[in-house]
Amino acid sequence: MRTRTPLLAVPALLALFTAAACGGGGDEPGSAAGDGTPVRGGDLRFAISVDSGCIDPQQVGNNDALNVGRQLVDSLTVQSPEDGSIQPWLAQSWEVSPDATTFTFRLRPGATFSDGTPVDAAAVKANLDGIVALGAKASLGSTYLAGYAGTTTPDAQTAVVAFERPSAQFLQATSTMSLGLVSTSTTTADPAARCDGSALVGSGPFTVGSYTKDSEVVLERRTGYDWGPTGSKHTGEAYLDTITYQVVPESSVRTGSLVSQQIDATAGIASQDLPQFDGNGFWTQRRANPGIPYNFFPNESRPLFSDERVRRALSAAIDREQLAAILNPGDVAVTSALSASTPSAPDDADLLAHDPDAAAQLLDEAGWVPGADGIRTRDGQRLTFTVTFWQPVSAVLELVQQQLREVGVDLQLKQATVAETNAVQESGDYDVLFYNLTRSDPDVLRTVFAQSARNVTQRPRGPVDDALDQQAATLDAAQRSQLVAQASQQLLQEAHSIPLVELSTVIAAREEVHDLQFEGSSRLWFYDAWIQA
Amino acid sequence: MSSALAGYLARRVGQAVLVLWAAFTVTFAILYLLPSDPVAVMLGGGQGEQVDVDPAQLAALRAEHGLDDPLPVQYAAALWRTLHLDLGTSISNGAPVTRLIADALPQTALLAAAAFALALVLGVATALASTWARWGWVRSLLLALPPLGVSLPTFWVGLLLIQLLSFRVPVFPALGNEGAASLVLPAVTLAVPVSASIAQVLARGLRTALAEPYVETARAKGASRARVHLRHALRNATIPALTIAGVIVGNLLAGAVVVETVFSRVGIGRLTVSAVNGQDIPLVQGLVLLAAAVFVATNLVVDLLYPVVDPRIRLLGGARASARRTARATARPVVGSTS
Repeated sequence: MRTRTPLLAVPALLALFTAAACGGGGDEPGSAAGDGTPVRGGDLRFAISVDSGCIDPQQVGNNDALNVGRQLVDSLTVQSPEDGSIQPWLAQSWEVSPDATTFTFRLRPGATFSDGTPVDAAAVKANLDGIVALGAKASLGSTYLAGYAGTTTPDAQTAVVAFERPSAQFLQATSTMSLGLVSTSTTTADPAARCDGSALVGSGPFTVGSYTKDSEVVLERRTGYDWGPTGSKHTGEAYLDTITYQVVPESSVRTGSLVSQQIDATAGIASQDLPQFDGNGFWTQRRANPGIPYNFFPNESRPLFSDERVRRALSAAIDREQLAAILNPGDVAVTSALSASTPSAPDDADLLAHDPDAAAQLLDEAGWVPGADGIRTRDGQRLTFTVTFWQPVSAVLELVQQQLREVGVDLQLKQATVAETNAVQESGDYDVLFYNLTRSDPDVLRTVFAQSARNVTQRPRGPVDDALDQQAATLDAAQRSQLVAQASQQLLQEAHSIPLVELSTVIAAREEVHDLQFEGSSRLWFYDAWIQA
Repeated sequence: MSSALAGYLARRVGQAVLVLWAAFTVTFAILYLLPSDPVAVMLGGGQGEQVDVDPAQLAALRAEHGLDDPLPVQYAAALWRTLHLDLGTSISNGAPVTRLIADALPQTALLAAAAFALALVLGVATALASTWARWGWVRSLLLALPPLGVSLPTFWVGLLLIQLLSFRVPVFPALGNEGAASLVLPAVTLAVPVSASIAQVLARGLRTALAEPYVETARAKGASRARVHLRHALRNATIPALTIAGVIVGNLLAGAVVVETVFSRVGIGRLTVSAVNGQDIPLVQGLVLLAAAVFVATNLVVDLLYPVVDPRIRLLGGARASARRTARATARPVVGSTS
């Protein structure tokens, strides 16, 4: 087991790191070189690890493809990476009906798609209707549009989006690339032609130059672009001439390519290789992904985890400070059912404290007594369960395994392929699920935990469902935060949610690369990026 | 072409069709026996992101790919398509499978051809040198090379070469398909195990051949050492080496999976990795059919080559080999040597 920078254990420093890391927009360490005046031109070579064969931001679901698609489309709104607030982009202003069912957007004039057609209300309608028509193919967008009733266009610059039921999350959803706008010629195109870029036309700061599957995606600067989002560091066209996303599946090759400067930047450096890019002509920057952190979801329809005491014991046996210390430098312990970078995320650190004595006592009370080999038993049954996972975090899970063993719980780990892990999830034949979900809106708690939604832990309806459903219909930010805090607290108190560690995205780049930033969902934003000659 | 040869070819093509059908059917059975759902895998973008899609929409997408039909219906539909040379569309991105394969194939063919050419030169040179050498220790050293080459993991060789000749000393690019320079390291990596198998089989064949009486005869008639080696022994030793051509093609295809991943190259290997990971059923089936077709074709070509290399071997029942030639080569054929 690797251990990492002991300094990071000091809480005060942790707080500092969080503040710096969540700062988003970048005074990255490397910008000291040069005089800091952005330079136009150049090609930024960025390595990605997976090519899922699709770069249409409305259709894709994986981080690498989203990082490509983000540069091609603009959104109605933009979410500030600093405070999570929703600010104008293609929409100059908007109003939301008090019941959170009707959203009226007023579009800025002058924006066009790269085929010359205007970004108008008709285009907004064509996009939202189109995403609903894509159905499951728009795996993220279609969930954001659940309950979509339709869009009306009173005039060319006004789009009124209506929902059948309250959908407070929709405003944040309009800031994502999954609801980013494409031209009407694209909305009617064959989904496969949109995927391969041949019929993918957006209004973003970059356009598709070429796309060769499994090899590279080249994006070209859009000439005449002048509608960057609120919070940008400059106006007008992007600085870079081109961005080349090079698909490099092998982790050690990404590391070596960056060291030997065959690429300029990547977000795919394995955590153990990151320290070498801290200085030495490189910089790194991390940001926790908002949403649900890596989590154990106990299956409460089974006898073992229908017992609240067992679930709470599990949660109390986990030392989250220790878990955070072994992934990326700068990671901090998870403090609520939501990742700390999610807007409205509460601080429930006290509910997630490491307390092995309490864990032991809870298990004793539940009738699980230590057996001969240290593993607890009840009625001749061992306290054991299996977690199937594909995520590259086996070090974290192995540490959890050790921590649970200390209180007499036997955790079996099974590393599998994505397909196998999916199969386990679908079969329903599991004790505990393990995953994370990136979404920069607290509504993600509802979509995962609410009885009316996925109800991942298969629990009966409880008071927490009221809080989850109410926040979805609440517009007032303070009131909504309070409901979210209430829901998080209840999920943790009864240990329906057992968060382990936050997932963070880390950019590593040559120090000549400047202002390559995180946007609100911890995806990458190249508009302000430039390369020092 | 004689009518006998035409009949032979027709029989072989018939067998080939049978092999392809069997490969298709077995793949179909295996893929559909897997418990996981390719549509769910696709929605996770192959990286397994969690998705919470409306079950009705998920069902609609399954229906679009025909995955909700009864198994026999799906099988019949897939077979019918395939018979019309339509391999269907990829589940992961909707592109036609034939186009995906056609886009990737030239790069893999180039890599395999370069690696094979390199392997042939290295393998034959090593084998000849090992039998030519007069000093025992040189001979042992050279004979130890092939087993070493076969046992080195391709993955490791590739990373080592990248580390040394791209990251440390920037001679060759580590990534991509562009230019001849990008082909060098991948081709060398892929050539290592292939040249080792060629060397192993050829060296054994040469040793066997050099112990044959006809070599004594040739020497007694005053043939030079080089002539004995290259003209008499090598020709006979080539037969067992030819029989492993199918194995070599297999090595090249399997090696491409690893080499293309390590060197970030486009090709059939990469396509296979993503198809299998994404459980992209039509694409996997297309690739299996391609591999089966390549094997069948290779074996057919090898069988047609045997009589060219060794006139004693006849494809057909008829007495095609001339009596004069038979008389010249009195040794028994060495076919059957194993690698």
